[in-house]
Amino acid sequence: MTDEIPEVEYVSGSGVPIRGNDIDTDQIIPARFMKVVTFDGLGEFAFFDQRYDENDDTKDHPMNEPQFQDASVMVVNANFGCGSSREHAPQALMRWGIDAIIGESFAEIFAGNCLALGIPTVTADHETIVELQEWVDENPDGDIDVDVEAETVTYGDKTVEATVDDAQRKALTEGVWDTTALMKSNADAVAEKAASLPYVDD
Amino acid sequence: MSKGTLYDKVWEEHTVSELPTGQTQLFCGLHLIHEVTSPQAFGMLQERDLEVAYPERTHATVDHIVPTSDQSRPFRDDAAEEMMAELEQNVRDSGINFSDPTSGDQGIVHVIGPEQGLTQPGTTIVCGDSHTSTHGAFGALAFGIGTSQIRDVLATQTVAMEKKKVRKIEVTGELGPGVEAKDVILEIIRRLGTEGGVGYVYEYAGEAIENLDMEGRMSICNMSIEGGARAGYINPDETTYEWLKQTDYFQENPEKFDELKPYWESIRSDDDAEYDDVVTIDGSELEPVVTWGTTPGQGVGITQPIPEPEDLPEEKQDTARMSQEHMGVEPGETMEGYEIDVAFLGSCTNARMPDLRRAADVVKGRQVADSVRAMVVPGSQRVKAAAEAEGLDEVFKDAGFEWREAGCSMCLGMNEDQLEGDEASASSSNRNFIGRQGSKDGRTVLMNPRMVAAAAITGEVTDVRELKEVTTA
Repeated sequence: MTDEIPEVEYVSGSGVPIRGNDIDTDQIIPARFMKVVTFDGLGEFAFFDQRYDENDDTKDHPMNEPQFQDASVMVVNANFGCGSSREHAPQALMRWGIDAIIGESFAEIFAGNCLALGIPTVTADHETIVELQEWVDENPDGDIDVDVEAETVTYGDKTVEATVDDAQRKALTEGVWDTTALMKSNADAVAEKAASLPYVDD
Repeated sequence: MSKGTLYDKVWEEHTVSELPTGQTQLFCGLHLIHEVTSPQAFGMLQERDLEVAYPERTHATVDHIVPTSDQSRPFRDDAAEEMMAELEQNVRDSGINFSDPTSGDQGIVHVIGPEQGLTQPGTTIVCGDSHTSTHGAFGALAFGIGTSQIRDVLATQTVAMEKKKVRKIEVTGELGPGVEAKDVILEIIRRLGTEGGVGYVYEYAGEAIENLDMEGRMSICNMSIEGGARAGYINPDETTYEWLKQTDYFQENPEKFDELKPYWESIRSDDDAEYDDVVTIDGSELEPVVTWGTTPGQGVGITQPIPEPEDLPEEKQDTARMSQEHMGVEPGETMEGYEIDVAFLGSCTNARMPDLRRAADVVKGRQVADSVRAMVVPGSQRVKAAAEAEGLDEVFKDAGFEWREAGCSMCLGMNEDQLEGDEASASSSNRNFIGRQGSKDGRTVLMNPRMVAAAAITGEVTDVRELKEVTTA
């Protein structure tokens, strides 16, 4: 990995609808798959318990359906990614193939983790999301265009308004979503700040 | 926009710079790490040839994967052993203090920080764990971060954050008998919703909060994240200072206490502080709260009926129907009498000394129901030792509880402690998500520690206030 960070102004790809409010990160990646010291290979375990039964036979789930196998835009409902802070969750979705998520709302830590991976979390109202989910069902090969800068989502012949959090939009479109190098360059100011705090020993 | 709150002051005090994204670069006074979310961050540092910038401001423990039965090395579970070995290597290479199991100081990260005096008022505390909000009980600004942010903190001791709004939650009055901090926070989440706190930091205040001991305050702040708020805090006061005095840090550096106290006082929210929102809850009206569903917001007073999905706001109805089907509960009935297979007393929410004492008080002289597998998992090695010094271990063991080593255990089922099949648990933990306790068909009922003890005895969800009267005769 280098410090050269690509800008993410635009994501385009077919969709996969994941319905339900309050989908927590334990569902996105069950804890037993986190007994690893790297994120490699997590993709196949995304939504594992929703996708497979106890005999590892497949269950009804959009991510098991052949028409959604190439999807890169996930369309979700409210409070997606709540619960545990595990970055394993967006890592698993990214490694499954997801490049952007559109939903009614996202849990904060989850959205922050997505940003750290360059995955936009775009929001729109309930009706817009439900319509988009239905459109994806009917048009599994259809492209959804997420314009991060313009804050719009285009599918079929329709363009709808969406919202991208200000800091997220700037970070993605200007390519500064990888914050390590940026903050490292302020090392002197950090040292000064540390020295000024009453509880930090010299 | 809030003004003059503890949040505003601590934020200001720790601001290093404004980043080009509009985010704030915030200095982190304390970085806590554990074995599950940190190894990848150390890997990223290595890839970039970076070192840990402030190892002395970082502290490690092992809690999620550690076995609570036989802790001899190597661990029986190869994957757990590998994670432990990786953490040991990382802390050794970077010169980071590690409360490992041989130290006597190991435990759940949110139990050991406060115990050792690492958690202090007016500091910023981060950890790759959503329950970092726990430390807000001391008037710290504490929140969970992801692994890429852990990399940032290891490399720079700072994190990129956006400032949030502040909601004051005032809990007035006196809590009734048998009503605990856990019931207060479950009620707050029930009322404000699991995403009600998104975009907010919660300030808990009011008589009922001020009257809580530090452990109760930690139980409240701990579950802020279950209400969607990444951080929650309580202004420091004499109760806070009394706790701090007893910790290692201030025992070893008593002069620091007097030196820092004016700072702690200065960061308290001003009397005329401005909030973005204020919510008031009458604490005297509360009763023990238990969950009937699969999100922490699906709670109900123990004597109250489980709601009809149609009576809930429209956006909550589908989830409620699905949850009720999973749990096998009927709307209109109460949760009393719901049969359980497992009683779990543990987790960063409720596994500290007063939790164990209160539960032991219920258990004393009684027997765990034959159908129930009951276990106590102390929050830390120090809690375990203190409980044993008081003989609580004997009380629990005599009643038929297993008495375990410290760790996260069945709160999230990453070690051997897991539900099997569709077992139901009465649990003092924080999440009743489907699959959370290790079995995707498992069923979790969240409740306070005394309620867990009562359920263990009767084999079903029980109003602990009634248990006393019925069986002491």
